Amino acid sequence: MPSFSHFFHTLNSSKGLFIDAMFLTLKLTLVSILIGIIFGLFFALLKISRVKILEYVSNAYVFLVRGTPLIVQIFILYFGFSGLFLIPDFWAAALALAFHNGAYIAEIFRGTIQSVDKGQMEAGRSLGMTRGVTIRRIILPQAFRRALPPLGNQFIIGLKDSSLAAFISMNELFNVSTTLGSNNFDEMTYLLIVAIYYLVLVALLTMAVSMFEKKLAVSDR
Amino acid sequence: MNGREMIRTENLNKSFGKLHVLKDIDMSVYESEVVCLVGASGSGKSTLLRCLNFLEKKDNGGIFIRGEKVSPDTHNLNHVRQTVGMVFQHFNLFPHKTVLENIIEAPTVVKKFSKTQATEEALELLQKVGLEDKADVYPSKLSGGQKQRVAIARSLAMKPDILLFDEPTSALDPELVGEVLATMKELADEGMTMVVVTHEMGFAREVADWIVYMDDGKIVEKDRPSEFFDHPKEERTIEFLKATMLK
Ligand SMILES: Nc1ncnc2c1ncn2[C@@H]1O[C@H](COP(=O)(O)OP(=O)(O)O)[C@@H](O)[C@H]1O
Ligand SMILES: [Mg+2]
Repeated sequence: MPSFSHFFHTLNSSKGLFIDAMFLTLKLTLVSILIGIIFGLFFALLKISRVKILEYVSNAYVFLVRGTPLIVQIFILYFGFSGLFLIPDFWAAALALAFHNGAYIAEIFRGTIQSVDKGQMEAGRSLGMTRGVTIRRIILPQAFRRALPPLGNQFIIGLKDSSLAAFISMNELFNVSTTLGSNNFDEMTYLLIVAIYYLVLVALLTMAVSMFEKKLAVSDR
Repeated sequence: MNGREMIRTENLNKSFGKLHVLKDIDMSVYESEVVCLVGASGSGKSTLLRCLNFLEKKDNGGIFIRGEKVSPDTHNLNHVRQTVGMVFQHFNLFPHKTVLENIIEAPTVVKKFSKTQATEEALELLQKVGLEDKADVYPSKLSGGQKQRVAIARSLAMKPDILLFDEPTSALDPELVGEVLATMKELADEGMTMVVVTHEMGFAREVADWIVYMDDGKIVEKDRPSEFFDHPKEERTIEFLKATMLK
């Protein structure tokens, strides 16, 4: 274990590199969650499409993602993508993470869509609206709103999962910590430091999510 | 008989799995008539109402609207539903939309009315149901009675030929029932054709042109209110009335 003074000294001297890495981690997470939301919405809609084959496709996607380790998915997609087309490492990593997050987000959306009272669909239909229009204008806005807190949680999970992008040479937080650690023959210090960065980020995000939830609860109509 | 036939069922049958819920229902409603559907819980009243605007798919038999046989194969049900409105027990207002937005939703989206025109008509409807000051409020801020009056206005905004009510006051606190019934009575007086599932026997007696009593998926008795309440003919009707009046 490093001494306190050594730890704080290293924490201070490495902050430039870690802060850059932190921004990369945040960017990677944000992009992968946003794309994951698009994937998730798409597959959630397939799931409720009432077209058997599309439901199977959606089920298969969720099954594959949930049934395999993220690191395996990242490697397959990374080598798959870079084998097929030239794509910057950042986007390979972001897409791999998005593919992964998308499955969990699809489940979030499926759940919140199904949690909207059946009477809403019936009211829409009884006014002459089609099923599609009712889903788009009545069901989805309510489902989105309910999805916000779990999406916030998925963001936090996604943030920590993004550390696996280190294995495809993204210079995000975890990669920086292991690189600095082995260069300086001081792995433990840098691992403790990176843990602090993650903790602070997660704490801030948790606070943001809960503030957001409170705000939603207040304006909940 | 008032005028022309608005809606009629012929030998309507409906089952949920093995449960035979509607059995050979023959019923007709003429223009400007108010028909009150009464009967014990589980007798099939809601299912009948839901078949009438095709929220539920009948198994066999015919549904005729203004004399024309309507089926999913020959008709666009979305168009049919514009002429057959429905008011629900639990209001089913859209919680993410204001009162005004609830009302103009279908006219603007389905009928492609301009927002200005739809808003103008919606405000008139709100005035009619006595809620013109609530236009910009969200449904969660309304009492049950106010919610139901907004739901009625929302249905009326599509200018339906027939309005179906499924226990419109059953979810309300007793002191809020009156305002909704008053709104419905006003509609009836204006000549709206209505089919109302209700347990409000006072309303049925006063407002209905016909009472239809259902039991176990069948129409047991159909009569004028005075006959129905004062001289019921069927054994089961008598039992039902006894049980209801005792409550
Ligand atoms: N969607 C459904 N699936 C299965 N059974 C149903 C469904 N809807 C209604 N039922 C059954 O059909 C019967 C009649 O129900 P309903 O029409 O709601 O009666 P009522 O409105 O007169 O109380 C009840 O036994 C009810 O449980
Ligand atoms: Mg019912």
